[in-house]
Amino acid sequence: MSAGSGSRNTNTEPWGSFDDNLIQGSSAVIDMENMDDTSGSSFEDMGEMHQRMKEEEEVTAEAAATEDDAADDGEFLGMKGLKGQLGRQVADEVWQAGKRQASRAFNLYANIDILRPYFDVEPVQVRSRLMESMIPVRMITFPQKIAGELYGPLMLVFTLVAILLHGMKTSGTVIREGTLMGTAIGTCFGYWLGVSSFIYFLAYLVNAQITMLQMLSLLGYGLFGHCVVLLVTYNIHFHFLFYVLWLLIGGLSTLRMVAALLSRTVGQTPRLLLCGTLSLLHMTFLLYLHFNYHKIVEGLLDSLEGPNMVPMQRVARDVPELTLNATLRNQEVLQVH
Amino acid sequence: MAAAEEASRPFAGLSDVSISDDIPVEGDISVPVGASRRDDELSTLDEPVKETILRDLRAVGNKFVHVLYPKRSSALLRDWDLWGPLLLCVTLALLLQGGAADSDDQGGPQFAEVFVIIWFGSIIITLNSKLLGGTISFFQSLCVLGYCIMPLTVAMAVCRIVLLSVSGTVSFAVRLAVVTASFGWSTFASTAFLADSQPPNRKALVVYPVFLFYFVIGWMVLTFSPSQ
Repeated sequence: MSAGSGSRNTNTEPWGSFDDNLIQGSSAVIDMENMDDTSGSSFEDMGEMHQRMKEEEEVTAEAAATEDDAADDGEFLGMKGLKGQLGRQVADEVWQAGKRQASRAFNLYANIDILRPYFDVEPVQVRSRLMESMIPVRMITFPQKIAGELYGPLMLVFTLVAILLHGMKTSGTVIREGTLMGTAIGTCFGYWLGVSSFIYFLAYLVNAQITMLQMLSLLGYGLFGHCVVLLVTYNIHFHFLFYVLWLLIGGLSTLRMVAALLSRTVGQTPRLLLCGTLSLLHMTFLLYLHFNYHKIVEGLLDSLEGPNMVPMQRVARDVPELTLNATLRNQEVLQVH
Repeated sequence: MAAAEEASRPFAGLSDVSISDDIPVEGDISVPVGASRRDDELSTLDEPVKETILRDLRAVGNKFVHVLYPKRSSALLRDWDLWGPLLLCVTLALLLQGGAADSDDQGGPQFAEVFVIIWFGSIIITLNSKLLGGTISFFQSLCVLGYCIMPLTVAMAVCRIVLLSVSGTVSFAVRLAVVTASFGWSTFASTAFLADSQPPNRKALVVYPVFLFYFVIGWMVLTFSPSQ
């Protein structure tokens, strides 16, 4: 208190007059009332202060205190009251905002309203974006426009799930401890969300100008090439055809994404890092999806041609057998010796 | 004062509406159907269980007819139920189950898989249509999508009969024809019911997931082959 008054007396800072005005303008009692409101704020010493204020209020409320005391109290209360009010206001706003967010997240219909802007598209727009996902734009000096939209990507991922399911079924894939459906959904959504987050993280590290929404949209539309290639090659089994399509369609859709990222990144090393990672992941994913569920088809076809052969299946490698062989060999070696 | 005026402004339009003094602005709000409704409820308490079940089945059957003749009526939308979809879904899943009865062969569709595809697929389509600005309620959409699986369930039954009798290319050709027809029927019927609730310029966006959904189910029906 005394420190406060001392500072006031010796205060030559520009804000001193502001404090004085504030105190002069407001009476001590009103400040105390404000103090009462601040009892719930997060200041640590507030409870103790509040207690003291209460006691003093009982004394000062009778207006028996001298002018000087009142001024002192007033100043103290004014300072603390101002801080408390500010803290309380901020805390209140944060609390209100948090409450609003939580109630929104829990309410399904409100939740839909949050997502609705991302689904605000016309069929023509979706069609043109699908076409554009195959056409790389060579302009990398100026940031390219990336539409932040989720309808197209989401539908493409579901289409990829259906195509993958088809590939798995025709190839007779056996998945232990899981269903085909779950694996297909997990693979597609895992790739979409996982790679988007990873590239976004990299982009954040190298300071590229891209948001998570744009990344999701970019990668989602990039899956259109995958859908086309896989749909064709799951039904027409030519290795040559696959490699041509892989390089052509997969390469075009990858180039499109790379060009968009290039235009939004500055510097050689960041560009190389970001685009190298993305193109590597994207092209490898297509290879994986194709050969993981395609090679088996050929194995199955071979086995169907030979009537007595057992169908080839994807099973875990028989590790005990290998070790058994190894031990046998060891024994043989020992016997030889 | 300004705030008070601001607050009273929304009702400013109402203040112009004058109600003549000879009309009393008070009284009971009576619902005319209240009395008869009470009678209905009393009668459902008293009636035999058989009648209740039969009435519900008749309602479900009535909706089946609506799907078979997809004319633009709102009966399927107005009083929705999930009994029909459940019935169809379980039937389809059981019919598809036979292929994977052998525990070693996991390639065939399993009961849970079919069940999950149908329900989660419907939910996703419904959410999608809501996101695109559709005005249909959640369960109405689920009901319509569920009832519109019926052509595919019928196709499944036909496929099993065909598989029992003939085999080879003829069997595949017949099954392909049946499944294609029923797939088209399902898509057409559900679109006819759902289209009204969508903004006219976005029908294609709503129809695409529906198409994909029935396509996956139809493809599952077509590739079904019973274990030997």
